[in-house]
Amino acid sequence: MAWAIKFNSDIAMKLHEYQAKVLLAREGVPVPPGEMAASPEEAGAVADKLGQGPFVVKAQIHAGGRGKGGGIKLAEDRGAVVETAQKIIGMNLVTPQTGPEGKLVRKVLVERAFPVEKEYYLAVTIDRSRARPVILASAAGGMDIEEIARSKPHLLIKEAIDPVVGLMPYQSRNLFFGLEMEPALGSAFTTLLGNFYRVLAAYDCSLAEINPLVVTRDKEILALDAKLDIDDNALFRHKELLEWREYENTWEEEAARYRLNYIRLDGTVGMMVNGAGMAMATMDAIALAGARPANFLDVGGGANAEAVANGFRLILSDERVKLVLINIFGGILRCDVLAEGVINAVSNLEIKVPIVVRLEGTNKDRGAELLAQSGLNFTVAGDMNEVISVIANSV
Amino acid sequence: MSILIDENTRVVVQGLTGKEGSFHARQCMAYGTRIVAGVTPGKKGQEVDGVPVYNTVREACRAHAINTSLIFVPASFAADAIVEAADAELKVIVCITEGIPVLDMVRVLRYLDGKDCRLIGPNCPGLISPGKCKVGIMPGPIHRPGPIGVVSRSGTLTYEVVDQLTKAGLGQSTCVGIGGDPLIGSTFVDILKLFAADDDTGAVVMIGEIGGTAEEEAARYIKESFPKPVISYIAGRTAPPGKRMGHAGAIISGGQGTAAQKMETLRQHGIHVVENIGEIGTETLNAIR
Repeated sequence: MAWAIKFNSDIAMKLHEYQAKVLLAREGVPVPPGEMAASPEEAGAVADKLGQGPFVVKAQIHAGGRGKGGGIKLAEDRGAVVETAQKIIGMNLVTPQTGPEGKLVRKVLVERAFPVEKEYYLAVTIDRSRARPVILASAAGGMDIEEIARSKPHLLIKEAIDPVVGLMPYQSRNLFFGLEMEPALGSAFTTLLGNFYRVLAAYDCSLAEINPLVVTRDKEILALDAKLDIDDNALFRHKELLEWREYENTWEEEAARYRLNYIRLDGTVGMMVNGAGMAMATMDAIALAGARPANFLDVGGGANAEAVANGFRLILSDERVKLVLINIFGGILRCDVLAEGVINAVSNLEIKVPIVVRLEGTNKDRGAELLAQSGLNFTVAGDMNEVISVIANSV
Repeated sequence: MSILIDENTRVVVQGLTGKEGSFHARQCMAYGTRIVAGVTPGKKGQEVDGVPVYNTVREACRAHAINTSLIFVPASFAADAIVEAADAELKVIVCITEGIPVLDMVRVLRYLDGKDCRLIGPNCPGLISPGKCKVGIMPGPIHRPGPIGVVSRSGTLTYEVVDQLTKAGLGQSTCVGIGGDPLIGSTFVDILKLFAADDDTGAVVMIGEIGGTAEEEAARYIKESFPKPVISYIAGRTAPPGKRMGHAGAIISGGQGTAAQKMETLRQHGIHVVENIGEIGTETLNAIR
């Protein structure tokens, strides 16, 4: 079977490089000495603490390709560190992974810079089709993994780990000899690998990646850059990591507070659906109608009136929205209760856009009747085809 | 016939005394499912709608003939609950719970490897063999007995599809929600193999979505050895890359797992792909005529 190289990085809370390095160091993976700074003054203080230069100043954003966008700079001395930090903090960093809108840099990591002799790639993630952790390594360091898998698959070494026995010594040897590292580095590499693999379970990572892992001119092995994604579902047992949580935008933060699955998109149809698969199918239906969704919003398969009301308020506060579509397949849920929830939620709001509602489930006729009598601008659609034609006629 | 559950299914509900567990157990019993015991540690001696509660699955199995478990316990205890059910040698384990850590599922699936039991889910709506038995959270009344097997990664989207099938006059043999997580107990291929051997299933509707390669693996299996017509719908054609669309397993990463790729692969392997979700009932009817 082919090995599909893909990371489920978005089922996860992303950590910044400096945070990842704190955790790696805690588990015994060597990282360059350095600290995070949120201002040029702090950056200068970090340089003082580190002593001798040269240094490197690295923008901390949740996206790769930072060097290409000018987010990673060498700085010879303390003065250069302060000057560089001044430039990078507050900049809108555009990289191949941020999209054209870029990401605002709020923090930098200031580290000692090391002369590098050789770069490697090292990662551990969960292989979905084998249901096992897999270690990926390559002597083609510095490139991203998709690129390595595409252009140099023969340089990619994979070791699937059986959770019963864990990482075995022979697998470390497979990796070490496969990477053709200098024999003298054997013990340092094996120790690093064991500690690195432990990070996966210690913090429930869906991805742990060191790229590049380097051998310095002084024959030291160091994790020069690091990325950790933490499995969202496991955060209940890593409460200490929650303070590192950052949201893409205030919309997603507010949705998270109500436990709604919300993703901001670029269209004009605000949609609210119960169930993720149904929400995706609804997005596709909106596209078939010639429109585009302004958001993905899944209020949960067992949606209740409160979740629907919160989701509805969230969509209505989005000024780009020209039409709202509510598509609820309640099934067991009583649609009359749901309809009352929706009406109560918006009774204090001024609604300027048309609202298309499709309700399915127990008492759906009573629910539709309540919506129709509410005096609000509701159009009731009977099924998915009607949803599509109503939207097509409105855009 | 049907697959996995029928008139002979006897169920223990793990997490019966919880809000979700008691509500859905009641719905299942109203549908005719024989729920014979419940398990909640420390609540032995209680009853929920006349169903006796035990501290452990082992105790429940000593007191009753049980072959199936339905799990509602919270995510942090769910891996343990699945293994407990497997250890009691229950043949079918349906785990509704959403949000189980991936590494917990790695260990669970490794434990189940080679065991004579079938895990459905987690993060799924469960199973229904219409007219016979329901071991799940789907609305019973939208289903009708009939010749269509349904297998899906989704919950409410499956209800939508079933509702359309029923309205088109197409009943269902068994509907299986395999779950929306990246690591699940049964894949499309596992369920298709059961449908292949089931005389009462004449055709299968397969509902996939973005993320992973389960649909592609199913396509290869279908072309090689599945003897019945398959109609498929893939959700998420307009999903942006790199974003998780509600389901933990629904993500396009590194250009892989797109709906377009999956639909193309399915078509190439002779599977009827439906583009418009609103038409799946009528298109299924046309496809099997």
